[in-house]
Amino acid sequence: MALDPNNRTLAVLLPVLVGILVLVVWHGAVWYWQVPKYLVPSPILVAETLVDQWSLLFASLLVTLKVTFMAFFLAVVIGTLIAFAFAQSKFIEMSFFPYAVLLQVTPVVAIAPLIIIWVKEPTAALVVCATIVALFPIISNTILGLRSVNPGLLNLFRMNRATRLQELVRLRIPSAAPYFFGGLRISSGLALIGAVVAEFVAGTGGTSAGLAYQILQAGFQLDIPLLFAALFLITLTGVALFLIMVTLSKLALGDWHESELVPET
Amino acid sequence: MTIAQAVRTPEFDAQEPAPAGPPAIEVLGADKVFSTGVRALTPIDLTVNQGEFVTLLGPSGCGKSTLLKMVANLIEPTSGGLMWWGRDYGHVGEEGKKLVFVFQDPTLMPWSRVRGNVRLPLDLAGVPKAEGNARVDRALAMVGLEKFDSSYPRQLSGGMQMRVSIARALVTEPNLLLMDEPFGALDEITRNKLDQDLLDLWFERKLTVVFVTHSIYESVFLSTRVVVMAARPGRVLREVVIDEPYPRDDAWRVSQRFAAYARDLQVLLAEASVSGAAHE
Ligand SMILES: Nc1ncnc2c1ncn2[C@@H]1O[C@H](COP(=O)(O)OP(=O)(O)OP(=O)(O)O)[C@@H](O)[C@H]1O
Ligand SMILES: [Mg+2]
Repeated sequence: MALDPNNRTLAVLLPVLVGILVLVVWHGAVWYWQVPKYLVPSPILVAETLVDQWSLLFASLLVTLKVTFMAFFLAVVIGTLIAFAFAQSKFIEMSFFPYAVLLQVTPVVAIAPLIIIWVKEPTAALVVCATIVALFPIISNTILGLRSVNPGLLNLFRMNRATRLQELVRLRIPSAAPYFFGGLRISSGLALIGAVVAEFVAGTGGTSAGLAYQILQAGFQLDIPLLFAALFLITLTGVALFLIMVTLSKLALGDWHESELVPET
Repeated sequence: MTIAQAVRTPEFDAQEPAPAGPPAIEVLGADKVFSTGVRALTPIDLTVNQGEFVTLLGPSGCGKSTLLKMVANLIEPTSGGLMWWGRDYGHVGEEGKKLVFVFQDPTLMPWSRVRGNVRLPLDLAGVPKAEGNARVDRALAMVGLEKFDSSYPRQLSGGMQMRVSIARALVTEPNLLLMDEPFGALDEITRNKLDQDLLDLWFERKLTVVFVTHSIYESVFLSTRVVVMAARPGRVLREVVIDEPYPRDDAWRVSQRFAAYARDLQVLLAEASVSGAAHE
C-alpha cells in the first residue's frame, strides 16, 4: 500500500494529522507569546467555552440549522421548478434568465434590510434571504444538465417516437442528475452563508438568536473565546453539509456517473 | 488503357438483376443541399430490395451518412423523394415494415444496465415488462451477451458495447437495419468477428441491411451489392454485385475471388477520387 494516493485511510488520516498539527502550533504560539485571550484564545479555552456555554450555543446552532435547512429545501424546490420551466422553452429562458442572474449578482447584505422590513416574522425573513443566496446554483446547474443530453441518445428517443414526458423522465432527468447534485453541493454551502449573513444584518436576539447573533454579541463584549466557539460550530456545520451532499450524490450516482468513479487499480 | 476500361472486368456487371424480393427502399431522385449551401448529394436513384445486404462505400464526405439518414427519415431530401415498402414514411413501423438505425457510437445510457438499455425501445413503446424481458433475453442471446445483462456499459469493452447497441436494434424485431459505420471505431479482429456475426444474423433472420463503411474488405465480405459513391458532388458511381453464395466465412475472406473484387473496388475508388478532384 505504501503511499498510494487512492488509499481511503490516508484520505482521512492526512487531513486529521494536519488539523492536530495546526491545533498544537496554535496552542504553542498562544502559550509561548502569552497572547491575551481577548485577542486569540488557546484551542483548549475554546473547547472549554464550548462545553460551558453549550446550552446557549446549541440553542443558537439549532436556530441557524433550521434557517439553513429551510432555505436549502426551498431553494432546491423553487430552483428545480424554475429550471424545468426554463428548459421547457427557449423563450421562457430568454425572458427570465437575466433576472435570475440579477438574483445572483445582488449581494444579500444589500437586500436583507428590505426583506426584513417586508417580512415581519424574523425567522421567515432570514429564510427568504438565505433562499435567494442558495437559489442560483440550483437553477443554472439543473438547466445545464437538462440541456446537456447526448444528441445521439436524443435521436434514438425521437426515432422510437418517445413522448415529451418519456424524453424528460428517461433521458433528460438522468442526464441532468450529476449536474443537479453539483448544484446541491454549492447551494447547501450558500444556504448556510446566507443564513449567517442575513442574521448579521437582522441582528435579532431572544429565542430566535442564531450563531451569527452569538458572534455579534461576543464581539461587542470582547468574549473572544465564545466568538471562536460559535465560529467553530458554523464551520463544522458547513463541513457536515458538504459531506452529506457528497455522500448523497455518491449514493445516487455512484454506480454509473464518471465523476463519481474511482479508477480501479 | 484508362482506369475506366481497367475496371470493366467480368465481375462487373451492373446489369445483373438485383436479388429477388420486392423493393424495401426506393430513393427516387432525392438530393440534399444543406442550409449552409453545401451540396451533399446530387439526385440519387437507388433501390434496396427486401433481403439484400447493401453497403454504401465511398471516400469521406461523399454523402453516405446523409443518404442513410434520409433513408431513416432523420433528414428530408431537398427535392425528390423516397418510398418505404412502396409507400410513404407514415406506414413504417407496421408489421413487416420495421426499420432501425444503428449509430457509429454505441450511444448507450450510462446510468442504465445492459438490460435497461436493450429494453429501451420496448419501454418507450409500452411493451409489458415480462414480455419485454423475454425479448431482451432473446436479443442478448443473438449477440452473445446473455451473461452481461446486469453490467453497466462502462464495464464493457468497445466491441461489447457495440453488441449491446445491435441487441437494442434487434429487440424491436426489425426488418430493415440501417448501420452507419457501426464497427468503424473497433480493431480489425473485433470488427471481423462482428461482421461475421452480423452476416449470420442477417442470413438466419432474413433481414434487409443498408451498411455504410469506409472499408473495401468489409463491403466485399458482407454485401450482396456494393454501392460505390464519389464525392464533390456526392453521387453514386457504380453498383457492384458481389456474386458469392451465403453463408460466407473466413474462407471467403482469403479466396481469389474476394481479392479480385477488392482490387476492382480499389480501382473504382481511385477513379472516384480522380473524378472528384476534376470537379473542384
Ligand atoms: N448537418 C450538416 N450541415 C451542413 N453540411 C453537412 C451536414 N452534414 C453533412 N454535411 C456535409 O455534407 C457532406 C457529406 O457529409 P456526410 O456526412 O454525408 O459524408 P460521409 O460520406 O458520411 O463522410 P464520412 O465517411 O466522413 O462519414 C460533407 O461535405 C459534409 O460537410
Ligand atoms: Mg458518415
